[in-house]
Amino acid sequence: MSQEVDGQKVDTRKRKFLIAATSAVGGVAVAGVAVPLVMSMLPSARAKAAGAPVEVDISKVEPGMLLTVEWRGKPVWIVNRTPDMLELMAKHDDQLADPKSDMPQQPDYCKNANRSIKPEFLVAVGICTHLGCSPTYRKEVGAADLGADWPGGFFCPCHGSRFDLAARVYKGVPAPTNLVIPPHQYLSDAKLLIGVDAKGA
Amino acid sequence: MSALQKMMGWIDDRFPLTATYKAHLSEYYAPKNFNFWYFFGSLALLVLVIQIVTGIFLTMNYKPDAELAFTSVEYIMRDVDWGWLIRYMHSTGASMFFVVVYLHMFRGLMYGSYRKPRELIWIFGVLIYLALMAEAFLGYLLPWGQMSFWGAQVIVNLFAAVPFIGEDLSIWIRGDYVISDATLNRFFAFHVIALPLVLIALVAVHLVALHEVGSNNPDGVEIKKKKDANGIPLDGIPFHPYYTVKDIVGVIVFLMVFSAILFFAPEMGGYFLEAANFVPADPLKTPEHIAPLWYFTPFYAILRAVPPLFGSQFPGVVAMGLSIVFLFFLPWLDRSKVKSIRYRGPIYKIMLALFIVSFIGLGYLGLLPSTPVATIFAQVFSVIYFLFFLLMPWYTSIDKTKPEPERVTG
Repeated sequence: MSQEVDGQKVDTRKRKFLIAATSAVGGVAVAGVAVPLVMSMLPSARAKAAGAPVEVDISKVEPGMLLTVEWRGKPVWIVNRTPDMLELMAKHDDQLADPKSDMPQQPDYCKNANRSIKPEFLVAVGICTHLGCSPTYRKEVGAADLGADWPGGFFCPCHGSRFDLAARVYKGVPAPTNLVIPPHQYLSDAKLLIGVDAKGA
Repeated sequence: MSALQKMMGWIDDRFPLTATYKAHLSEYYAPKNFNFWYFFGSLALLVLVIQIVTGIFLTMNYKPDAELAFTSVEYIMRDVDWGWLIRYMHSTGASMFFVVVYLHMFRGLMYGSYRKPRELIWIFGVLIYLALMAEAFLGYLLPWGQMSFWGAQVIVNLFAAVPFIGEDLSIWIRGDYVISDATLNRFFAFHVIALPLVLIALVAVHLVALHEVGSNNPDGVEIKKKKDANGIPLDGIPFHPYYTVKDIVGVIVFLMVFSAILFFAPEMGGYFLEAANFVPADPLKTPEHIAPLWYFTPFYAILRAVPPLFGSQFPGVVAMGLSIVFLFFLPWLDRSKVKSIRYRGPIYKIMLALFIVSFIGLGYLGLLPSTPVATIFAQVFSVIYFLFFLLMPWYTSIDKTKPEPERVTG
């Protein structure tokens, strides 16, 4: 298709094609350069390597005590739950959002009533599933600010989410799911390895 | 011809210096009836300059490294000559930026400055506001205190609430699985280079668009409709010297307030600099009570007011996003025959008052820990906030307006 412009014949179809082709090629070039820039913002090789497993000596964690260790930059709690705590913990399933741990927030070997390998030892990532604050360990039964029926657990100061001593979330709080149980295994009675599953598990 | 005139002539042949000066200052005709509310645009520009200048000097001693950041800020405060002054100017400037921008936006709401033909000025303005919020958020991580860390943790996790891609998106933003050195370093890059460039560019287009259509005024009538024989608006006066002189008065009063805060209450009782931020960031321990800085709290309260639906925080995040998105549509939501609140009917006045009360109410609630009663109040205020926009086409068209005057009323 041609057109008269200023007394000259101009092939506008060719002109449009050339503009479109130049824009498309230029666009591809911009996208091509953008990819490495965008990808450079992903975790670096060093950040990925920092996810190495952590070995913890749990022999000094006395009953009722909480130990926080760092794994992948996140707090991981190890709680030695007393028999009393375990007993109380079984009595409020009706108040929990996911009492049976149906959501995949834990390895299969922790999908049980206590969400743990050994009943007494809870190993959980101490990051609230709501917006990532670290909840506070509140083991006092019936704490004044948490209500007389508080059986002990974790309370998130940011937005008020509540979790029990198996890190299971209560109904009607901002957090949608139970806290994450990281892959872990016992190397011996006193040595816990956080970050890898036991072989064959 | 004097030497000076000759030099100006030489420049004008090569660069439109005189023409630019005339177009934007000495022959830019602004309505003669500007009042108190018209100080805040030029004050926002002043604060931008303060932030850029103090920011440049802060970067000379600040270290964007998770190991060094906190101590480098303390080093600026204690060991660098006048470092405390520069740092407090920057932190006070951040809050004062929002003070003047909120007043500037309120002026726009009162006098209908967003209405045709100023829709693009308004849209550029909302974009400036968004860039400013991003800039403030990024900058708040840099001191690497407890509030810096956990505030960033919460906000970045908002992105994780986006369905399907959220988790990867938040990792991409952080550059790590948690807020870490990588996050601090990139936030620094965005805070000192990327966003300031965006801000300056947006301010430039905001002003170019303004000077193209001309300023609105408290009467909301177009001064360009009545011109004299020379084509100069009858109700217009040259920006320079009339409004430069007026703005200097505003600047002096503003700087008095600014200095009073800077020298006597730089932390403003925890509202400008939060107490928890004087503790170095600890990834293993969340502070007892987390609240964002005061200028974010209305949106934070909206976020918290929306309960999680379908096991996801996303609806709250959407509500928070929408609360700002609605601002963009304001020029088309308003169907009133008049622009200025002076000639609007009672319904708009009531709605605007309710909107301001809700916004301040939300801002107050956002500072408090979440309780059931506070949540109900936040929900009521959030609904009013959104109804102000959603019902606007309806209530502005049925409202009884007074006739606009032909000329500005002084």
